[in-house]
Amino acid sequence: MSFNVPSGDAPAFDVDVAIRRGNRLIEARFTSTAGLTALFGPSGAGKTTVLDAIAGLLRPERGHITIAGKTLFDAGQRIDLAPERRACGYVFQQARLFPHRRVRDNLLYGERLAPADRRFMTLQEASAFLGIGHLLDRWPRTLSGGEAQRVAIGRALLAGPRFLLLDEPLASLDAERRDEIMQVIERLRDELRLPILYVSHDRAEIDRLAGDVVPF
Amino acid sequence: MLSSEEWQIVLLSLKVSVAGVGLMLPLAFALAWLLARVRFPGKVLVDALVHLPLVVPPVVTGWLLLIAFGGNGPVGGWLDRMFGITLMFRWTGAALAAAIMALPLMVRAMRLSLEAVDTRLENAARTLGAGPWRTFLTITFPLSLPGILAGAVLGFARSIGEFGATITFVSNIPGETRTLPLAIYSALQMPDGDAMVARLAGISVALSLVALVASELLARRFGTRGGGHVL
Repeated sequence: MSFNVPSGDAPAFDVDVAIRRGNRLIEARFTSTAGLTALFGPSGAGKTTVLDAIAGLLRPERGHITIAGKTLFDAGQRIDLAPERRACGYVFQQARLFPHRRVRDNLLYGERLAPADRRFMTLQEASAFLGIGHLLDRWPRTLSGGEAQRVAIGRALLAGPRFLLLDEPLASLDAERRDEIMQVIERLRDELRLPILYVSHDRAEIDRLAGDVVPF
Repeated sequence: MLSSEEWQIVLLSLKVSVAGVGLMLPLAFALAWLLARVRFPGKVLVDALVHLPLVVPPVVTGWLLLIAFGGNGPVGGWLDRMFGITLMFRWTGAALAAAIMALPLMVRAMRLSLEAVDTRLENAARTLGAGPWRTFLTITFPLSLPGILAGAVLGFARSIGEFGATITFVSNIPGETRTLPLAIYSALQMPDGDAMVARLAGISVALSLVALVASELLARRFGTRGGGHVL
């Protein structure tokens, strides 16, 4: 299966930010051209904070965020796109499915809002890609951890993202499910060619998945 | 079983409570949202003011309404001049008194349910392309709906029982401002009013019970779909 994802020659990620959290200052600086870039380091180091800043959910104190040639934030130039304008596919550590919507409506939430030229997958394609076709009429609370995480990935993909942020997507899963989601991520990396920023504190995951590793 | 006079009292009570709660609903929700989600200077004071009717003697609330909304009061005079609206000694004034007294309970229930909505879900909606308004309408509002409804029903139950502020502000006029509690009070003064007191008291208890059960069932019904739990 192949999908037509727009891609440019610019570095996938060009990030240099300082983010204030209480009395801590979390700093990150990296550029990467790899398909999958990993932020690797111990829990509590501020990796999720960096993802939140890239998604526009937190505002850095200074610096810039440019992804695949598009500037999302630049303190010097006073650029700060709202989260809904960043076209970022964010898969959170917990799936964060909307509890009052069935799986189908969770999947279509972002799809309905995405401009036609940014979509690269239909609901059917995403369901087949992730093996979740049989779950469409279920409520999120009836899903296992692995199922919920696959739906969350599908929901992010259907919104037509220009890049993906994956925040320890394997953390809440048992060994068998981890392998299943790991294979999905490998296919995202190899078949979709979307820039992926992947947060983990697990060396084995990083060795298997990442092109570039940013120690954190 | 009920005389036509008693039916009139029940219907007037329902009218006053429904109008009062309906009038107050948007304001109560706005206050709940403000208190649950926004940081601003003077928040403690706003919070205290909202709760004031809960702790101040109701007769004081009624007296304050009288000063503000009476014929010569700043608000009452303005309403009269601009729109020809009079609240004093009218059922609309009783609705206002009931609404003010119900406000704290409504705001509390709504605020709790808004605080129970996981802001991380709202953030997820933002990253999926929804602006702040769409996020509110598709995520925040439906997830807090049980609390909004529970708050409205709770406010309705409180309104049905409103006595002190009402009798102070709009007096006890048969057919206009004589709601259930006021009618019970009047019947108690009459030598042969015992049977009427019993019937009206029974209706008061039944109405309150129905409202409370309804608010609990509403909360549960939505709760099973994964929304917040309120009461």
